[in-house]
Amino acid sequence: MATPAPNTLPSPSPARHRRGPAASARRLLQALALPPLFVLLSGCNLVVMNPAGDVAVQQRNLVLASTGLMLLIILPVIGLTLWFAWRYRASNENATYDPEWHHSTQLEVVIWTAPLLIVIALGALTWISTHTLDPFRPLGRLAPNRPIPADVKPLEVEAVALDWKWLFFYPELGIATVNELAAPVDRPLSFKLTATSVMNAFYVPALAGMIYAMPGMETKLHAVINKEGVYDGLASQYSGSGFSRMTFKFHGLSNDGFDKWVDKVKQEGAELGRDAYLELEKPSEAVAPRYYKSYESGLFTAIVNLCAQPGKMCMNEMMRIDAAGGAGKDSAENRERLQYDNRRILQGEEAPGATVPAAGRAPRSEDAKDGKPDPSRSGPDMNQDKAAPAQRHHH
Amino acid sequence: MADTDLMNLVFGRLRLDDIPYHEPILQVTFAGVAVVGLAVLGVITYYRFWGPLWRDWVTSVDHKKIGIMYIILAIVMLLRGFADALLMRSQQAISFGENQGFLPPHHYDQIFTAHGVIMIFFVAMPFVTGMMNYVVPLQIGARDVAFPFLNNFSFWMTVSGAITVMISLFVGEFSRATWLAYPPLSGADMSPGVGVDYYIWGLQIAGIGTTLSGINLVATIVKMRAPGMTMMKLPIFVWTSLCTNALIVAAFPILSAVLALLTLDRYVGTHFFTNDLGGNPMMYFNLIWIWGHPEVYILILPAFGIFSEVTSTFCGKRLFGYVSMVYATVVITILSYLVWLHHFFTMGSGASVNSFFGITTMIISIPTGAKIFNWLFTMFRGRIRFEVPMLWTVSFMVTFVIGGMTGVLLAVPPADFVLHNSLFLIAHFHNVIIGGVLFGMFAGVNYWWPKAFGFKLDPFWGKVSFWFWTVGFYVAFMPLYVLGLMGVTRRQQHLEDPSLQVWFVLAACGAVLIAIGIAAMLTQFTVSIRNREKLRDVTGDPWGGRTLEWSTSSPPPEYNFAFTPRIHDLDAWYDMKRRGYERPREGFKAIHMPKNTGTGAIISAFSVAFSFGMVWYIWWLAALSFVAMIAAAIIHTFNYNRDFDIPADTVVRTEAERSAVLAAMA
Repeated sequence: MATPAPNTLPSPSPARHRRGPAASARRLLQALALPPLFVLLSGCNLVVMNPAGDVAVQQRNLVLASTGLMLLIILPVIGLTLWFAWRYRASNENATYDPEWHHSTQLEVVIWTAPLLIVIALGALTWISTHTLDPFRPLGRLAPNRPIPADVKPLEVEAVALDWKWLFFYPELGIATVNELAAPVDRPLSFKLTATSVMNAFYVPALAGMIYAMPGMETKLHAVINKEGVYDGLASQYSGSGFSRMTFKFHGLSNDGFDKWVDKVKQEGAELGRDAYLELEKPSEAVAPRYYKSYESGLFTAIVNLCAQPGKMCMNEMMRIDAAGGAGKDSAENRERLQYDNRRILQGEEAPGATVPAAGRAPRSEDAKDGKPDPSRSGPDMNQDKAAPAQRHHH
Repeated sequence: MADTDLMNLVFGRLRLDDIPYHEPILQVTFAGVAVVGLAVLGVITYYRFWGPLWRDWVTSVDHKKIGIMYIILAIVMLLRGFADALLMRSQQAISFGENQGFLPPHHYDQIFTAHGVIMIFFVAMPFVTGMMNYVVPLQIGARDVAFPFLNNFSFWMTVSGAITVMISLFVGEFSRATWLAYPPLSGADMSPGVGVDYYIWGLQIAGIGTTLSGINLVATIVKMRAPGMTMMKLPIFVWTSLCTNALIVAAFPILSAVLALLTLDRYVGTHFFTNDLGGNPMMYFNLIWIWGHPEVYILILPAFGIFSEVTSTFCGKRLFGYVSMVYATVVITILSYLVWLHHFFTMGSGASVNSFFGITTMIISIPTGAKIFNWLFTMFRGRIRFEVPMLWTVSFMVTFVIGGMTGVLLAVPPADFVLHNSLFLIAHFHNVIIGGVLFGMFAGVNYWWPKAFGFKLDPFWGKVSFWFWTVGFYVAFMPLYVLGLMGVTRRQQHLEDPSLQVWFVLAACGAVLIAIGIAAMLTQFTVSIRNREKLRDVTGDPWGGRTLEWSTSSPPPEYNFAFTPRIHDLDAWYDMKRRGYERPREGFKAIHMPKNTGTGAIISAFSVAFSFGMVWYIWWLAALSFVAMIAAAIIHTFNYNRDFDIPADTVVRTEAERSAVLAAMA
């Protein structure tokens, strides 16, 4: 605000030379504004820039290296833009004016090759890092210069994105948890991921980058946590109304701490049988962590194959039939068994993306902070539309 | 029971309760729309504008009027899309911890979906199409586009798409399945109701308009250039328009096809993208992005063209490296089809596939970088006049390279794994779409306004708008980069961590600054129209222009050019001025022109009825309007009264008036 008022907003008059001091003053002000920004930045947790797992650290390094490479060309371009804009302003009579100059082979070579060289470097970096950091690829190390000891096997975790909570199975330990994940530090983790209804993504920023969790499919993620601590985990692919509250804590624990945690889960936990799972699978939001001391064997495989619900045909069975040439006319009998998506509507639950009239609630109602319709607003007048979702399934 | 059947037959699934008349936000909005709408209707009636409005605008096949109408549509829809943005920014600024904000997920999810859909399809697209429509024929010395009726039809189909989406605000609801409607979330089982159906039909109708408009402009540029204007003498804006329309013609049918498949899934019970019966949602991701990535370049290439014209004009210099600029544009056009998978590296393709798409994405930055350098060296040894269009250009150059850099960063798959779907990504694409496309359109509006209306825009309010937009953009989106690095993902209706709040509040302040920028722009239009006599330009060439559109009067006569100009050099008008061009004074002949027709507007009106019928399962309405559309199209083919001649006398009179004006000035 040190600038004289008339200069801050340049007048339409052609007195352009007066903008000079104003512009440089503005730049000075911007420079002065930067230090407080750094203070603000240091006060917050840039977890992507400061992660606790080796995979995320390598991804961070890649972000920094790529940015550095690109700044080699971006900074000069920004600088030159501002400098040329200033230097060749119409009011500067001293600057050369050459209206016919429009070609220079040397310059053309430079402006095509400079970005090309950077892209070659970045491309090489991309090719190598994409292969080494492929989430499907088992880890090669625990941390820089720390190979994985020969006797250490990865801890397997099977993660399921439900509506709207995360379910984690630990096949090695026979336990399962909801919305809480724990792992010992410096032990490789091997995740298998899937979802039950819509696309989702599993993301613990401090641990490793995200990967989609998709219904009827299994994706993989390999990672390791190197520091003890409690970290945020989240669903990072929009999945309907409970999406924002589909978070969990990831505990990086010492070996002892992890054993204690497992004991706690075994002591406090219930059993997760098929029926309990089907109950759990129903949509719910902001679910507090839950423990299961044991779970029905084969449950994860059934979930991946969309056949946790009794009576449904497993995807792998269907694929086997198809691979053998298909069931021909008999496949018509399998129709009902191959329909998975309609179970929420059949159960009377609101679908994750439902809108009126199928939603069974007033359009854009102000209630329903928890995503559930407020009974006080859905009076008898609403009910006539309840039939609508059922009507649509003629097939 | 019989009552219900009758209701279903007549109203489909529409009931009185589906109109959210008890919703406070909607009541206010509806009241506002009604008051403004009635005021506009009143003014039109009072001044007896209905006749002229129908005869001179709605039915017009003049590319200039259609171009202007496209841009009006874009600005109107910008206000709607930006209102959504303000709602989102305020919700995220307050919804922390105990506070749930004022928008429940159910409503918030519709708002971000509507924001994305409207900003891309009904703001950016009409803006770009409008610019091309207005400028391209003038720059190539043509009297109209190749298919003038098709042009009118395309415009009204775009309007119909916008109307369909807007109806969802007052009747029923809009989709909650994000702007690309990824299945299975957007499927019939996960998104029952009318939301996704509004989305599908709105885009399907507008998409027809866009595809036809693309065909039209490709044909115009290929077939209707003035004699002597070889491809390598095309103004750079025409080149970028050609590439954009080639992209439209090749890409939009994919969108139509993928939406048609989704429609079948939703209406007929097929299983292309469901989890059921062997469907596969991953196919949808691929198909929609095979359209979606070229779409990005469809938007940005014309903006690049505008910046090229503006830079060259206001630096008083021929564009540096014209040939490399052309090749850069063509290379971007081709490469834009080879990068779509970078939108879902996280889906788990193998490392080699991911690397391939990452590296092709980076390669696009080479021609894009070359363009930036070309503008830079056009400024070098120029004499830069910092009129408003040039301010937008310099701001673009600085802003866009930052967005480009974060874009290339996101193209590195392992880096994308930590940044995908985060607010970093949101900051990136707003950085290129606002800093690139919108800044380009604003530069274009300020640059070509005097051509379209015969007077300049007020520079003071133009600069106010420029500064608020530029500063507002940085204040609104730099915090989102930071939040992305803090691991915050997009589309969150609620957040727990209170330490994040300050960044969201900052971003909301930025949105307010942008709102002031938009208000300043509307003020600029109003003030300029009021002071039009003071701002009047009678030369037709207020900026010392270089391309053909500046050789004719402002606004140009209906026929654009009394004689088709002959082209000898790049920057044709600059070349003509340099060689002491004299306007022809005699020998005028009658000019053959296409006649206005209401068919485009009528078919499009039926298309709104059709989509409304389809959305609400009012089958009789859908069937009747579909038949009516076909019938109107067939009837139109029997209309042989399609053209007329502007008599030589009229041309003589118009040209003499202009000669008198120019002589009075000299």
